[in-house]
Amino acid sequence: MAFDKTEVEKVAQLARLHISDIEKDEVTGRIKDILALIDEMQSVDTDAVAPLAHPLDMTQRLREDDVTESNRRDELQQLAPEVEAGLYLVPKVIE
Amino acid sequence: MEWEAVIGLEVHVSLSTNTKLFSGTASIFGAEPNTEANIFDLAMPGTLPVLNKEALRMAVKFGLAIDAEIGKRSVFDRKNYFYPDLPKGYQVTQLDFPTVGKGSLTITLEDGSERQIGVTRAHIEENAGKSLHEDFHGMSGIDLNRSGEPLLEIVSEPEIRNAKEAVAYLKKLHVIVRYLDISDAIMAQGSMRCDVNVSIRPKGSTELGTRTELKNINSFRFVEKAINSEIQRQQYVLEDGGTVIQETRRYDAERDTSSPMRSKEFANDYRYFPEPDLLPVEIDDTYIEAIRATLPELPDAKSARFVSEYGLSDYDAGVLTATREMAEYFETVARSSGDAKMAANWVTGDLQAALNKNNWDLAESPIQAERLTRLIQRIKDDTISGKIGKTVFEAMLEDGSDVDQIIDSRGLKQVTDSGAIESLVDEVITNHPEQVQQFRDGKEAVLGFLVGQAMKLSQGKANPGQVNQLLREKMQ
Amino acid sequence: MIEKTVAELSASLSRGDISSVELTQAYLDRINQYNSTLNAFVTVCEESALTQAAHADAARADGLTSPLLGIPLAHKDIFCTSGIKTSCGSKMLNNFIAPYDATVVSRFNDAGAVMLGKTNMDEFAMGSSNETSYFGPVKNPWDTDRVPGGSSGGSAAAIAADLCAMATGTDTGGSIRQPAAFCGITGLKPSYGRISRWGMIAFASSLDQAGPICKSAEDAALMLNAMAGLDTKDSTCADVPVEDYMADLNNSLQGLRIGIPRQHFAEGLSPEVEQAVREALGVYEKLGARLIDIDLPNNHLSVSAYYVVAPAEASANLSRFDGVRYGYRCANPVDLEDMYKRSRSEGFGDEVKRRIIVGTYALSAGFYDAYYRKAQKIRRLIKQDFNAAFQQVDIIIGPTSPHTAFMLGAKTDPVAMYLEDIYTIAVNLAGLPGMSVPAGLANGLPVGMHLVASDFAESRLLNVAHQFQLNTDWHRLRATAFEEGH
Repeated sequence: MAFDKTEVEKVAQLARLHISDIEKDEVTGRIKDILALIDEMQSVDTDAVAPLAHPLDMTQRLREDDVTESNRRDELQQLAPEVEAGLYLVPKVIE
Repeated sequence: MEWEAVIGLEVHVSLSTNTKLFSGTASIFGAEPNTEANIFDLAMPGTLPVLNKEALRMAVKFGLAIDAEIGKRSVFDRKNYFYPDLPKGYQVTQLDFPTVGKGSLTITLEDGSERQIGVTRAHIEENAGKSLHEDFHGMSGIDLNRSGEPLLEIVSEPEIRNAKEAVAYLKKLHVIVRYLDISDAIMAQGSMRCDVNVSIRPKGSTELGTRTELKNINSFRFVEKAINSEIQRQQYVLEDGGTVIQETRRYDAERDTSSPMRSKEFANDYRYFPEPDLLPVEIDDTYIEAIRATLPELPDAKSARFVSEYGLSDYDAGVLTATREMAEYFETVARSSGDAKMAANWVTGDLQAALNKNNWDLAESPIQAERLTRLIQRIKDDTISGKIGKTVFEAMLEDGSDVDQIIDSRGLKQVTDSGAIESLVDEVITNHPEQVQQFRDGKEAVLGFLVGQAMKLSQGKANPGQVNQLLREKMQ
Repeated sequence: MIEKTVAELSASLSRGDISSVELTQAYLDRINQYNSTLNAFVTVCEESALTQAAHADAARADGLTSPLLGIPLAHKDIFCTSGIKTSCGSKMLNNFIAPYDATVVSRFNDAGAVMLGKTNMDEFAMGSSNETSYFGPVKNPWDTDRVPGGSSGGSAAAIAADLCAMATGTDTGGSIRQPAAFCGITGLKPSYGRISRWGMIAFASSLDQAGPICKSAEDAALMLNAMAGLDTKDSTCADVPVEDYMADLNNSLQGLRIGIPRQHFAEGLSPEVEQAVREALGVYEKLGARLIDIDLPNNHLSVSAYYVVAPAEASANLSRFDGVRYGYRCANPVDLEDMYKRSRSEGFGDEVKRRIIVGTYALSAGFYDAYYRKAQKIRRLIKQDFNAAFQQVDIIIGPTSPHTAFMLGAKTDPVAMYLEDIYTIAVNLAGLPGMSVPAGLANGLPVGMHLVASDFAESRLLNVAHQFQLNTDWHRLRATAFEEGH
């Protein structure tokens, strides 16, 4: 599958990563190599194989609908880059 | 050209669990910002989700109520996008294997006719937080209290044909989730939200036109207006030889127009994949049947039963089953008073009027079921007349004391003492000799006038039947 | 004293030969002496360690006995430790003081162990050499010009240089076993779901598993006893009864069927490593085991499948690092997009960004089936290979790594680095328990022997490893420069 600089730009945008023009060639080359390694698996016919999402053949456990957490806002917001009036601040959100 | 609209609704209802979908943080509307946002809800590194039992039960309950297929194996997926109100950078939802599959519900239109609307699916997912746009020196504030609350997203088939049907569908969903007690479904608080997909096509065509999605509609009334305005807009575009662009539009109720929204994701590629922090949810028939056994009687069934059991009109039965609370209120009064028709008249008439006038919920009304029952009993046992009943009812709105006490203290008791009635009748006969003569000459109609005079003398408290009978006897 | 195993130290502590405070101080002194050379620890908790040690001594005086009481340990810096910086080897979390304890951490606390500090690691556990750490590479105690392996390189080096008695690690594709092999120590990756992942910063959720890094199989059993078991906070933590992993250590290996995968002794394996592992297999034969050649026909696809599954899961797991609620935020963002992109690009290192790009690409529209779904199918084939093998044999043994520790800076090509884990990765994809134990030296560097058992057969795995260590001394061997008193 073709992977070029345009793809890198598209994917970097999806992943919210900034890749400078200087880096772009190197990154594209590296990713191409990795994709070549990955593409080895295309050699096997897996039409009749069911995907395995998880090594555990188990089902989801459920939690009782009980409140177990208490308000730790002030402590947890110590970790934040910027807060005001109990809110996390970010550059203006434009919808 | 005549056009036909094709409308599909995606309705989100907040499930009224105590805690969030995947964490033990309380989930209550209106808390101080970020006081209901703990380590998992903030997507602290290393935290993991565990599914809330109650959210699953509520989703299954909804599925059973709309006769849907229940997914015995449901799988959660990650929907990836960046947004400040989405702490993990992905929303956990159900893509290919939702808990609720195909079902349907019946809507009743204004002319009384019914239509089945298919429900494609209903899946469980997490709510996002809120971005507050008031200015914090050029920045936005993020409140994550709502983040991770359980939602049920109910997706309809594109079978709705006009705005009125859409509203009827939405109202039906509203009443069902409230009957099931799985959501408050208050549109103004966002516990019920609705996105509308609209396209139009020439009438008779079977092909679908390009659809747009309308967001940000927060009342039943606006749903109708927004759809009509979008149908109109698409019609203008097409009739002008233009093409409808597939996009998401934000509805502005004040200006009754919509405008395209800036896309959340550059190319809108959500990169869904199975959520590896959760395992498939498996449920069996025993589990499903146990939930089925808890299903309340639903509005349609209740309404039909009210018609057959209590002899109500379809209309009254419909009004009385509009909410579960109203239906239960009515039924309590009907059963304990032993007069369903009278109960229905009072509830749909005076009570409803009082609620509307005072903007009360049924629960806030000073006239609870046992008080209305007592009032009806007093009419039926002739303590008061039906007409005086209205006076007593008005008094009960102001005065919380016992019904009998109100009747007594205000002297509203009906006069049934034959001696007292006899003297009233005598007085009327004496005062109106001319009319008495007319009656004796065979003019029956004059009796009504004489009864009226006697009632007036009694200030409405005399038993009209007794007055009537005695007048006849005395004038013969 | 500091070179002793947990089992031995535990005996000394209960005899009163030494106190936990003395022992803790001895390790702290050693960290002080050697950490500047090795860069194994990123955080040392001197004060709290001594307090914990004093508590352990007091508890022992009160009659409490527990095998890990007062034993000094180090946690890989991927485990959240309440009130203590938890950086995951990344600039992104350089300022992150975890607000809670990982379950693994609480369990060691409950067992009375003493936490000396947090160990260095590849950034977000993405690496096989510890060179991707924001805090600089860890050095291999056997040769400080060489890598210790990764991603749990700090824990492995700390054990190999006796900077602690036991350490925790995590293993997504070989991150416990490969550094254990490179540093000449013992490392166990339990079955997926055996140990809670709560509080362990996620790399690839369906592959990550915590495990012990230590000096012997017996120590691994002691640690696993404390770490294993159901945790309701982790939905993927298995509700499988926990055995006493000490109970079967001394079972005889008479009649044990050992599978030798042809694919693990093929092209690419260094002859010296092969020789050491073959000699180790000879020890097993003497103990009554039978060697049976087996096939793992899809093993060669494990690296390909892994480099879809792991980056895909990672690409989503690392989306939470957005500069909003914690962690690094770039200076003066001009708008929201700029904040996201610069915070993430400045906060993550190159390898992490590469994997996010690969994972995002593999999940993106039009590629999902060809990559992610395909990899999940290969994953099933790999699991089936192991299932078939365990019909014939009780345990599978081969080399942990194709060669011994390589030079720092030797592998600049990511693909070459990825192929380091060619023998270990399939075990993660299948969710099986795997272990690396020292099996000799090749050109003066340790060689790791890789043991794999079936699902939740940790007892068998530990038994087989322990019997080897009863009959060899490779696990006691230390690099001359770090022998006690040196």
